[in-house]
Amino acid sequence: MTIDPIDPRRVPRFDHGSRVPGWDEAVDLTKDPAEVPDPATTPVPDDLRAAIEAHIAKYPERRSATVPALREVQERYGWCTPEGIEQAACVLRLTPAYLISVATFYDMLETRPVGRNTIYVCTNISCSLCGADELYTTVRDEVGDDPEFNVRSFECLGACDIAPMASVNGTYVGPISLDEVPTLVQQVRDGAEPLPDKQLARRRSVDPNAASRS
Amino acid sequence: MTQLILFKDIDEPGLATLEVYQRRGGYEGMRKALGMSRDQLIAELEASGLRGRGGAGFSMGKKASFIPKGTMDKYLVCNADESEPGTFKDRELMQKCPHMLIEGMIIAAYAVGANRAFIYIRGEYELQAQILERALEEARGQGYIGEDILGSGHSMTLWLHRGAGAYICGEETALLDSLEGKRGNPRLKPPFPANQGLFQGPTLINNVETLATVPHIIRMGGEEYAKLGTPGSTGTKLVSVSGNVRNPGNFEIELGTPAREIIYGLAGGPHEGREVKFWFPGGSSSPVLLPKDLDLPYDFDSMAKAGSMLGSGAIIVIDDANSVVDVALKTAKFYRHESCGKCTPCREGTNWTVRMLERIDSGEATPMDLDIMASVQEQIIGNCLCVLGDAMAMPVGSMIAKFREEFEAHIEAARERNDALTTAVAPPEALIQGAVA
Ligand SMILES: Cc1cc2nc3c(=O)[nH]c(=O)nc-3n(C[C@H](O)[C@H](O)[C@H](O)COP(=O)(O)O)c2cc1C
Ligand code: FES
Repeated sequence: MTIDPIDPRRVPRFDHGSRVPGWDEAVDLTKDPAEVPDPATTPVPDDLRAAIEAHIAKYPERRSATVPALREVQERYGWCTPEGIEQAACVLRLTPAYLISVATFYDMLETRPVGRNTIYVCTNISCSLCGADELYTTVRDEVGDDPEFNVRSFECLGACDIAPMASVNGTYVGPISLDEVPTLVQQVRDGAEPLPDKQLARRRSVDPNAASRS
Repeated sequence: MTQLILFKDIDEPGLATLEVYQRRGGYEGMRKALGMSRDQLIAELEASGLRGRGGAGFSMGKKASFIPKGTMDKYLVCNADESEPGTFKDRELMQKCPHMLIEGMIIAAYAVGANRAFIYIRGEYELQAQILERALEEARGQGYIGEDILGSGHSMTLWLHRGAGAYICGEETALLDSLEGKRGNPRLKPPFPANQGLFQGPTLINNVETLATVPHIIRMGGEEYAKLGTPGSTGTKLVSVSGNVRNPGNFEIELGTPAREIIYGLAGGPHEGREVKFWFPGGSSSPVLLPKDLDLPYDFDSMAKAGSMLGSGAIIVIDDANSVVDVALKTAKFYRHESCGKCTPCREGTNWTVRMLERIDSGEATPMDLDIMASVQEQIIGNCLCVLGDAMAMPVGSMIAKFREEFEAHIEAARERNDALTTAVAPPEALIQGAVA
């Protein structure tokens, strides 16, 4: 049993975002929805199964491991692929449709193919007061149409002290000045550490009372 | 000088390890607590006057006392979702001193008899999650988490659960749904989580900073802790200051410190030649305050009296180079994006507000739109399952009320600009189509 992926870019939409009615008429409504995948016919890679089962063990109910399992799928396949969702559903004993309904709720879970280098540029209030909107367009321009990148403007990432900032493959960097963007993008292309001096991990406390003690 | 509690050793090298943390007196609070009775512990927490640091400011001790006694499965959940714009205090605490949170959770779990505990951390906090995982492993290795902790008879598990990007999952009941593996939609209250929370069991939910303060309260004694701060807002608070200031960051202050001292003294005030135009005192969900409010003491009651709230303790400063319309639009867009869609007033109200602000920006609005917008805010407040919608309505409403002239001038200027360009007004069907999106 496989699920036909629907490429969301092929869904016709109005300018304001709504789907044009009838876009899904081709769907075969006589077909039953996918059931919980059968373990006998759904091959799940051993390490993925082990990782998901380790999550399941933490909770009194299996379903709690849904988001962690989807994160594992995304880690492995780059996005929540129909195949990965089916495998996770098989281990979790849930339907693929349920997992998709959860995946579409959360911003970090990708339900369509994306580049493997993720850059979230924060464009929320504090960052935008420090020039985040320009940063975002500059990063986009620098990356161009490189399919290896997934550049997104993001809500507050909880690092407004290093505004304007970005999360580069999970590493927080900031404040990023516009002329550092080419270096940053090149570092990501080369698989190098992004702007090492600007990483949040190295930032010391700015509280003068705390600093005076240590 | 402020007496530092949470940030006392914050930049001590290796503080994230169990060894250095213990050398600095860590886990003493836990040892002391495990020798006390549950009632004594809750009494200490109540005596401390500690109010929740996550947003609502509800008494921690009182909330713990609501957890029913008995042998059913009970849960403790730490809210480490920290996605209120402007807030980044929990991040620094978890990254630099993860054991303080773990110690606080062990004490809190023991106090309410919870045998299963979870830390729900926002998905974006990669580094902090790694550090916490390592610290949890160390604590398990020491027998601080597990069966019969240090011979006390109390057993518990404690797991880190990583979210995947959704502001609403900071709301406590949405967090519980998310932790149960569902979409993060808030639940109808009552029942409150203290009675029926995670997996239907009694659940205590607290913010990272609240729980990290617990070991210090036990160590110092509740009454001693209550001497810090003001009578209604005891203790110290981590304040995240960001926006147009020279020295943004987290500062630990005694509650009741004048806001001016925090913004100008600690965070360095606005940049050269700039003035504070307005400020959010407690994250983007709090109604904005003006420069005249800067001398207010920064505590729960004073902020409430000024018509705003202390919230998560995140101060965002906006200087006079910025337009209030831009800030209002950014704020509204955030809540539109994060509304889970369950309640109509929030889902539609946030959308309408964004559209009307965009009209103001593009010169299609009239001053009457400001009144309509104000009424939309009123319709949201109090009409939803959770306060996400209110969290947009209150700050946006406050900006319109306090800067009405600027909004009107903006409308006028944008219209004049349009007239000068003699651009045609959008045809009616486009407007209607846009409105139903
Ligand atoms: C929309 C919304 C988002 C929230 N986000 C957070 C959050 O990120 N972190 C947090 O600790 N509390 C957040 N809260 C508050 C929680 O619902 C809850 O009051 C808090 O976790 C209780 O902990 P405390 O008593 O220790 O403050 C949020 C509330 C709402 C309505
Ligand atoms: S506003 Fe950008 S990290 Fe908070």
